[in-house]
Amino acid sequence: MTWTSIFIAGLITYFTRMGMITLIDKDIFSENFRKILNYVPSVVFPSIIFPGVLLDDYGSLVTILDPKIYGALTAITVGYFSRNVILTIISGLASYWLLIFVL
Amino acid sequence: MLSKLQIFKLGFFDVAPHLLSVVPFGIIFGAIGIELGFDPIMTYATSLIIFGGASQIVFLQLLSGGASSLIAITSVAVINSRHLLYGAVLSEYLDKLSLIKKLFISYFIVDQGFAVSNIYLKKNSEQNFNYYHLMGSGIVLWFCWQIATIIGIFLGSIVPDELGLKFAIPLTFIAIIINELRKLDHLIVMIVSGLSATFFYNAPFKSYILISPLIGLFAAYLILKIKK
Repeated sequence: MTWTSIFIAGLITYFTRMGMITLIDKDIFSENFRKILNYVPSVVFPSIIFPGVLLDDYGSLVTILDPKIYGALTAITVGYFSRNVILTIISGLASYWLLIFVL
Repeated sequence: MLSKLQIFKLGFFDVAPHLLSVVPFGIIFGAIGIELGFDPIMTYATSLIIFGGASQIVFLQLLSGGASSLIAITSVAVINSRHLLYGAVLSEYLDKLSLIKKLFISYFIVDQGFAVSNIYLKKNSEQNFNYYHLMGSGIVLWFCWQIATIIGIFLGSIVPDELGLKFAIPLTFIAIIINELRKLDHLIVMIVSGLSATFFYNAPFKSYILISPLIGLFAAYLILKIKK
């Protein structure tokens, strides 16, 4: 079942890459549709980030003292000023581990 | 006049700085796949067959959380729909190529490769074989992503569970969208989708992953309307 899903997901992904280059006339996209597509990352990724930080493994809200909240805030602050992908992830993980293991 | 190989190398060198983020991201992905309970071959297969980092993480995360295949596949389609934009832009430069070449190059179109090669193609639109730049950047990224996934799979097997590596998932996505935080319209859309996802998290079949982006896109649509 999982293997079938991987192949289907792969085929669809390949189609998103190949479709506009070989099959579809690129003018079928209206200007408005393109503008909306620009927002796709900004709607998809927060849908994973927020629950990943604000909810626990059982789907309940975490408390304001949860290390994940401070890890995420550190990552956002460091990322905002450094514009560096790796520094963002590492600072978030480091502060999270610091709270879990040291404090 | 540059030769094919020279243009290919240009693509390679232009995209090289991006490897600093692609390689660790690939390692994190491999480790997360194992952490989520998938076997090494399956985790690696997503890198070969889907070959889209963020979508691979979401795909495995949803399946491991009990989402249906339909939800997991649809999420991959939504996340990777941005390639349609890249294709629309690139099709102009790849117009004269044979179908086989177009089909081959398509497989290697990824964010970072598109970003650097699009700049080159714009400046050198009249040059012969300019698409070798896209192949150079794309193939290098592909190769490094494959190797990084394999390294991550090995590391994931030795990293203890107590480290809570799953938390790297939201952090990785924060890193991906951090630059959009600077734009007010994107920031509003992000908060709307993020809060919706948290609210609808317990909806059946993990459908929050489709519901909340739709709510976010509706917010984006309203913002575009108001801007006009």
